[in-house]
Amino acid sequence: MKLLNEESVKGRSLSLIGKCDVEEYIPYSRFLRDEVPELPQVSEVTLSRHFSALERRSHGVNNGFYPLGSCTMKYNPAVDEEIAAFEGFTGAHPLQDDSEVQGSLQVIKDLEDRLSAITGMDAFTLQPAAGAHGEFTGLLMIKAYLESIGETERNKIIVPDSAHGTNPASAAMAGFNIVNVPSGPDGCVDLEALRQAVGSDVAGLMLTNPNTVGLFDKNILEITRIIHEAGGLCYYDGANLNAVMGIVRPGDMGFDVMHLNLHKTFAAPHGGGGPGSGPVGCKEFLAEFLPGSHVEEKDGALVRVRPAKSIGDMRSFDGNFLVAVKALSYIWMLGAEGVKEASQNAVLNANYMRVKLSDIYTPAYDTTCMHEFVLNLQKLKAETGCSALDAAKGLIDYGIHPPTMYFPLIVHEALMIEPTETETKETLDEAINALREIYDKAYNDPEYLKEAPHSTVIGRPDEVAAARHPIVHW
Amino acid sequence: MGTFVPGTSAEQDQMLREAGYKNFDSLFADVPEEVRMKDLPEIPSGKSEMETYEDLRGIASRNKVYRTILRGAGAYDHYIPSIVDRIASKETLVTAYTPYQAEMSQGVLQQIFEYQSMICALTGMDVSNASVYDGATAAAEGVMMCLERKRNKILVSGCIDPRIISVIRTYAHGRGAEIEIIPEREGRTDLEQLGTLADSETAAVLLAQPNYFGIIEEAEEAGYIIHAAGAKFVLYCEPISLGLLKTPAALGADIAVGEGQPLGIPLSFGGPFLGYMASKAALMRKLPGRIVGETTDSSGRRAFALTLQAREQHIRREKASSNICSNEALCTLRAAVYMSAVGPQGLREVAVQCSSKAHYLAKKLAEAGLNLAYEKPFFCEFVTEGEKSGEILEALSNNGILGGLSLENGRILWCATEKCIAAELDRAAEIVKEVLR
Repeated sequence: MKLLNEESVKGRSLSLIGKCDVEEYIPYSRFLRDEVPELPQVSEVTLSRHFSALERRSHGVNNGFYPLGSCTMKYNPAVDEEIAAFEGFTGAHPLQDDSEVQGSLQVIKDLEDRLSAITGMDAFTLQPAAGAHGEFTGLLMIKAYLESIGETERNKIIVPDSAHGTNPASAAMAGFNIVNVPSGPDGCVDLEALRQAVGSDVAGLMLTNPNTVGLFDKNILEITRIIHEAGGLCYYDGANLNAVMGIVRPGDMGFDVMHLNLHKTFAAPHGGGGPGSGPVGCKEFLAEFLPGSHVEEKDGALVRVRPAKSIGDMRSFDGNFLVAVKALSYIWMLGAEGVKEASQNAVLNANYMRVKLSDIYTPAYDTTCMHEFVLNLQKLKAETGCSALDAAKGLIDYGIHPPTMYFPLIVHEALMIEPTETETKETLDEAINALREIYDKAYNDPEYLKEAPHSTVIGRPDEVAAARHPIVHW
Repeated sequence: MGTFVPGTSAEQDQMLREAGYKNFDSLFADVPEEVRMKDLPEIPSGKSEMETYEDLRGIASRNKVYRTILRGAGAYDHYIPSIVDRIASKETLVTAYTPYQAEMSQGVLQQIFEYQSMICALTGMDVSNASVYDGATAAAEGVMMCLERKRNKILVSGCIDPRIISVIRTYAHGRGAEIEIIPEREGRTDLEQLGTLADSETAAVLLAQPNYFGIIEEAEEAGYIIHAAGAKFVLYCEPISLGLLKTPAALGADIAVGEGQPLGIPLSFGGPFLGYMASKAALMRKLPGRIVGETTDSSGRRAFALTLQAREQHIRREKASSNICSNEALCTLRAAVYMSAVGPQGLREVAVQCSSKAHYLAKKLAEAGLNLAYEKPFFCEFVTEGEKSGEILEALSNNGILGGLSLENGRILWCATEKCIAAELDRAAEIVKEVLR
């Protein structure tokens, strides 16, 4: 398919803004660029068709099943898009006086309150723009807290070896040293290894529960107790909260600070990679360190207040506001019972798929999973030469987006499947059948599978060449 | 209650049974009894779609939306072509995620590649990433990527948006980098002071073009001083102005960063916005975030894929160039459609009209009795001084005009864009004149 610049014809344009109705003023010529930027020159119909073609060459939740583990690709309600497009929300300038943006502040306050109720935290900020941004925020808050009590020698963050890559990367950005603790044979935190790792230099622990192999760590209360007794704080990576809403709260499991992903758990769409939103919640003793501003009620009106010992700002203004609007609309529709129903069915769907596949595929941990589960395809690879990658690519020919591959790192030939609660039984059955057919194919016609996908606009790209001789613009 | 769970209770029972579970509770046996919840306090019952729509429409209407906006300071009210909203609402592009699976994500990948190409055209740089969260985080990532073992100091112009400086300070505190502010002198970065401050420990120097006060900096000269000290030059550029002004590459910058919101993204109470980042080729492998590259598939067909992933958190973990994972991809779509819709001449025309209308407004406000704070060339923002700034802004607001941003000491930071028609600018000046009379 052509690139947009290849569809460009000199002199073509859209008619967008009128003639200037004041005297023209152009800055001194020494400040000006020599030539106009080389942007495409196209008509509106070309634009419309070009991007329609790009849409056809993509796969979204609206096109089909998207069981991308750890990403919670649930259905995004249509009404949320309509609501986020209200002019009152899109037309508000972030630097308007608080009295003029009571609607926005009400959205923020209401969402903060509901997220606190769901997570058991005492205060929230909506400023972080994504999950990783939230992790960085929470770690800076831990750092600021430790500085405030004079415990600056605490410079280690403990991260399980199964953690999301963002965890150690965020800890490094916050200036901590990272201590990786191995997981036990059950996929959960090895308590003995954890006890060995803690000491007077520990600032905290980053953990997601359910963890990245999809299991609820039943020792969670002991884990957070070990960290607290050593004087550290517990950070909850909320990437997997979709499994436990209305079942158990991070705040009750002993966590002090956490982030959520509104674009995962709270049904805001993923936008081809973003925008997301990564609100950070914390217990009362950390609230004064929150970044940005906090919305409070004062004399019958809502006002933005900067917390007393705020770590500063994580980005300009008050966060990805329109994403927050979508999350609030979603929570309002679900209510207390719907939130719990979502988690229950996310977990049911994952277990249904796990059980229906475990006679041929090897679950990495053959026990009740939460909202996702991990298959280990080492046996398949050894016997057929077909890898997790080949099986994943095979799914594409069924119109199914592949699961997360080769993660977590502690499982070899891993496929991580997260169906979410918004899929029908028929969709799950189709995916189960597809995976079973792929298994057969691996034994009967491995070469076919190794060349999959066969139905897409391109075959497997040469990623080595792309990295060796990068072509990064037209 | 609202629900997006499609299964009927009969189906759910069947699935529980087939998976070997008695009921939902048995799925959660690993959750310790003492912390398992009975219900969710403080959350009301669910509402219907209709109720939710109407109630949130009521809340949205409590925001005051202005027809004429003379306030910028980091968020700009530009005309957004209708085609931008149409294309950015395409369901597949809205509901996809990061294009990890290239074969079924060529559309998203090509769109990001096109965005990267247009950012390179705009800035004159060699490589652009697929976005970071906003302009301030782009600035912070831009200076942080220059840190070296023996260069731990970052110089930031005092003529930069204080919100951006706040973000840079927050980021820098994490890594333990030292931040020094280059003083302002008559609305511009003091280049003499820059010469004194920039030394062998300086990793990067950040200036904004135009700066927070709207003034066009002598950025080229700054670049010589910065490079003489062996530091990297990071330039924060407002993208519409690049339809007219010299590119950061032509000004000698090593890294160009900025807020992409003016490129077809609504004000939206501050987000989602779009941080763009581009650099010279030599710094390509230090850039944070996703980068899409062109390659071929096994049959030699043109293909796009995420590339240079060895920089990223999912491969490098604590040694990654940044922790960024989700970015602002859908905003890059808006920006790409915007830039293609206006085209090269159109972008120049928008820039010329912003400049022309801001200068017209400045002239009218001066006639009304306000003084220009600086006698320096500016683009589409400028600062006035004078009495009664509070009353002026209130009177404008009462007349449906969002006036400039109140700064300290009675100063006001004004902005005009192509959307401001002459009659409204005249009316604003009349209101100011009335207040000052």
